[in-house]
Amino acid sequence: MTKILIILVLVLGVLAVAQLARVYELTSKLRGKREEDISPGDNRMNAMLMWLFPVAYFAFFIWLIYKYGPHLLPIAASQHGRSLDKLYDFNWVILFVVFFLTNALLFYFAGKYVHSKDRKAFYYPHNNKLELLWTSVPAAFLAVIIIYGLRTWNQITGPASPDAVQVELYAKQFDWTIRYPGKDGVLGATDYRLINGTNPLGIVTKASIVQRLSEIDKERAEAMERTENEILPDDKLEELSDHVAYLDRMRERITDLRTMMEEDMTEKGEASPYAHGADDVVLKEFHLPVHREVKLLIRSQDVIHSAFIPHLRVQMNAVPGMTTTFKVTPTITTDSMRTVVKDDKFDFILLCNKVCGASHYNMQMPLTVEPAEAFDTWLKEQEQKPFEAGPAPEAAAVDTTLAAPDMAVDTARMQ
Amino acid sequence: MGQVQHTAHAEHHQHHHEESFVSKYVFSQDHKMISKQFLITAIIMACVAVVMSIIFRLQLAWPGESFGLTHFLLGDKWAPGGVLDPNMYLGLVTIHGTIMVFFVLTGGLSGTFSNLLIPLQVGARDMASGFINMLSYWFFFLSSVLMLASLFVEGGPASGGWTIYPPLSALPQAIPGSGAGMTLWLLSMAIFIASSLMGGLNYVVTILNLRTKGMKMTRLPLTIWAFLITAVLGILSFPVLLSAALLLLLDRSLGTSFYLSDIHIAGEALDHTGGSPILFEHLFWFLGHPEVYIVLLPALGITSEIIATNARKPIFGYRAMIGSILAIGFLSFIVWGHHMFVTGMNPFLGSVFVFTTLLIAIPSAVKVFNYITTLWRGNIVFTPAMLFSIGLVATFIAGGLTGIILADSALDIAVHDTYFVVAHFHIVMGMSAIFGMFAGVYHWFPKMYGRMMNTRLGYAHFWITFVCAFGVFFPMHFIGLAGAPRRYYAYTEFPMFNGVVDLNVLVTIFAIVGGLAQVIFLYNFFYSLRRGPRAVQNPWRGNTLEWTTPVEHVHGNWPGPIPTVYRWPYDYSKPGKDQDFVPQTVPLEAGEEEDHG
Repeated sequence: MTKILIILVLVLGVLAVAQLARVYELTSKLRGKREEDISPGDNRMNAMLMWLFPVAYFAFFIWLIYKYGPHLLPIAASQHGRSLDKLYDFNWVILFVVFFLTNALLFYFAGKYVHSKDRKAFYYPHNNKLELLWTSVPAAFLAVIIIYGLRTWNQITGPASPDAVQVELYAKQFDWTIRYPGKDGVLGATDYRLINGTNPLGIVTKASIVQRLSEIDKERAEAMERTENEILPDDKLEELSDHVAYLDRMRERITDLRTMMEEDMTEKGEASPYAHGADDVVLKEFHLPVHREVKLLIRSQDVIHSAFIPHLRVQMNAVPGMTTTFKVTPTITTDSMRTVVKDDKFDFILLCNKVCGASHYNMQMPLTVEPAEAFDTWLKEQEQKPFEAGPAPEAAAVDTTLAAPDMAVDTARMQ
Repeated sequence: MGQVQHTAHAEHHQHHHEESFVSKYVFSQDHKMISKQFLITAIIMACVAVVMSIIFRLQLAWPGESFGLTHFLLGDKWAPGGVLDPNMYLGLVTIHGTIMVFFVLTGGLSGTFSNLLIPLQVGARDMASGFINMLSYWFFFLSSVLMLASLFVEGGPASGGWTIYPPLSALPQAIPGSGAGMTLWLLSMAIFIASSLMGGLNYVVTILNLRTKGMKMTRLPLTIWAFLITAVLGILSFPVLLSAALLLLLDRSLGTSFYLSDIHIAGEALDHTGGSPILFEHLFWFLGHPEVYIVLLPALGITSEIIATNARKPIFGYRAMIGSILAIGFLSFIVWGHHMFVTGMNPFLGSVFVFTTLLIAIPSAVKVFNYITTLWRGNIVFTPAMLFSIGLVATFIAGGLTGIILADSALDIAVHDTYFVVAHFHIVMGMSAIFGMFAGVYHWFPKMYGRMMNTRLGYAHFWITFVCAFGVFFPMHFIGLAGAPRRYYAYTEFPMFNGVVDLNVLVTIFAIVGGLAQVIFLYNFFYSLRRGPRAVQNPWRGNTLEWTTPVEHVHGNWPGPIPTVYRWPYDYSKPGKDQDFVPQTVPLEAGEEEDHG
């Protein structure tokens, strides 16, 4: 019923507008007025609106600042976040001044110099001095903006100190996994071909290679057995033989990886990145120590994601095939933040900020920032526990190789 | 050469009066008809994209609610129970962006006005190649059809965002829209690029070679300068997108690894190694950033012309305006990295892009100040076209200033990929360009169709659209500054955005009202097309050559010889003249100076 009413109102509205336009057209015709001649009344009305508009525009702006200002740029809880906010304040001042001035001039002139038959416009084709002025003044301001901006940028992106805590943020559709380096303080090497239910990040260790190889062998044997013992249609057979070929390629590459690892370890010993994976701690929980520099290493398993922690002013894409980094020193613990915002459920949030699929809008993980001692204790506890994979898609990995492509999305929906 | 060819053309025109329906309206090689074809196609595409935006705005304002409109348009598959499906949400956002950027504001804007105005304003019988021009339209048409068709395939349309970053766009396992929908998207865009290149080459050649006698480069209207640089930008940057798209097609179908590496998805480690998605981002934005100016420059050219005409005053700083178009055009090629500050690109490289990007603010500022000075002590006639042109200056200011925030790599960390970006580019590129397009339609409608559009409806259309434009996009800055990411299906899962999400309701209401206001335009446009009052030859009392052609279109534009040009196009209110305009075809009087610096 309401739908019909809405449609009716719309139709009537359009008809009314059409009729009004028609009446207007006919009366203009009677008065001998041509459409292109803008009447003084119309000009005055628009001139008036040109003056009214900026009033409403600025009022709307100020209302928005007044009402929503407190929610903007959430309290910076990291060292560089504070200098970033200072840079913001500096830029806002310049932008607001320019914004109000130029808009005021634009609408003031537009309303003031409305057409009059008795007047001729001022023929003023150019003035080199004026043009030089408004080329050089913006240039000067921009120079300051650039220099100040780049100084902050260089501080933020400069190299992390060697004793920074290393933490890996690992993204996949549609959740985060966190890895801490364990006792040795160094994150071990990874390879995406080693990823399975018990090794969700594909950490390279002798054991994980052996485990993955035996998995592949088992899968291959099953596939071969089906080819030999079952009566299958041709396309299914082809699929199976493709799969066997794929498993053989994987096997070959993992064997190569093993050789490379062994050589590297003999050559470099403890300096080899392959020597550090065994004690890594893989978690579905994200803690950081306050006032200690942290080097975030960000990786992705499937598509591009982005690690965004608004309060810490951290944002860096997670790109499959490479590791990106971001250094940060948190300055406020979760507990202090809860007191400040008077909300004992408050959490810092790590969220995904690069579209990654259907559940992109809910790919998040709470972050606990705690005093350094508490963090150390917590991490020690975690080192004792084995990793719990949870209902990750990898759990069903063996069957999904032949499953429908929608699989990943369906899993996401279930979650 | 010019004169001989012109005479030949004129005779040709004399001999062939009767054209068949097909050669006149369908496979026309006349630039004026092709221009109308572009415009109508773009209007249809724009309607589709606006309806899409209303659907996803409803979801954003009232997440998870059921809407009859959504269900009616998308059916049970994509809106079970009237609730928009998350995959379709991404599909709508992607196709809305693609259509608006490429089909409306590139094909529609340049296609319509470059085609209409280049021959008419430089004094040519037609484009350099009428046949290639016709092909350009039909390629555009075909690509439009393919893009719309992609909405109906199994798995839905491309849904990784209009920037189609791989691996998301390369792997159907990652998102269903990356199946057939993505293939169609790539095919459609490849054809679109071919269309754009054919158009662009034609525009450049026509402007450089077919100017009438006396039409020096420094006597060209600013519209033509803008179209020229736009065409050059397109010719230099679109091929790069084409190669990016081809490599993506190869990755998708032939197992190459240009963009893919180390991917484990749907329980399987893929074979791809050695590629990098960052390569795609570089290639994409090498087009993507000039694309912003491909969209914007024609609008700036159109409004320069309209503001001068209706302020009855020369455009202030004609040469500075040309200079700033050239500067913007050049700089637009060396700023693409500012889209990639947080992709892991080397931070030093990032700082270079900060520098080049902020440089663009200088020519942009020059343009704004020149517009404002043109209004100063003018004698302003408020035609609907003039209103939209002033509207463009306002959106250009608002959007340009937030650009300074986003160009600053450090500041970008806090707002990258948030609604702040959405607000910024919709205002500076979307609204400015669409206002330029509306201004152009209102201003040159009499030239295109020989009839007048209704002024009062134009006023209503402008004021509602103008208010709604700010109502929609201004609050988005605030949503973004609170940290809310773009391309989120809903914000319900994040208590931290509770303070600002109610703004989404306000935004959606403005969007619906603004969308409905376009019905006024559509009615005005299509009604006036057939029934509007007859236009006179020079309704706005303009100086440029198109107003010396007859109201009824003739093939070859001028029934007699092409007029000669004696002066620049902005002699409005020149002291010592009886009228407040002096057309370009009026010779300089003895002792009169052509005064533009």
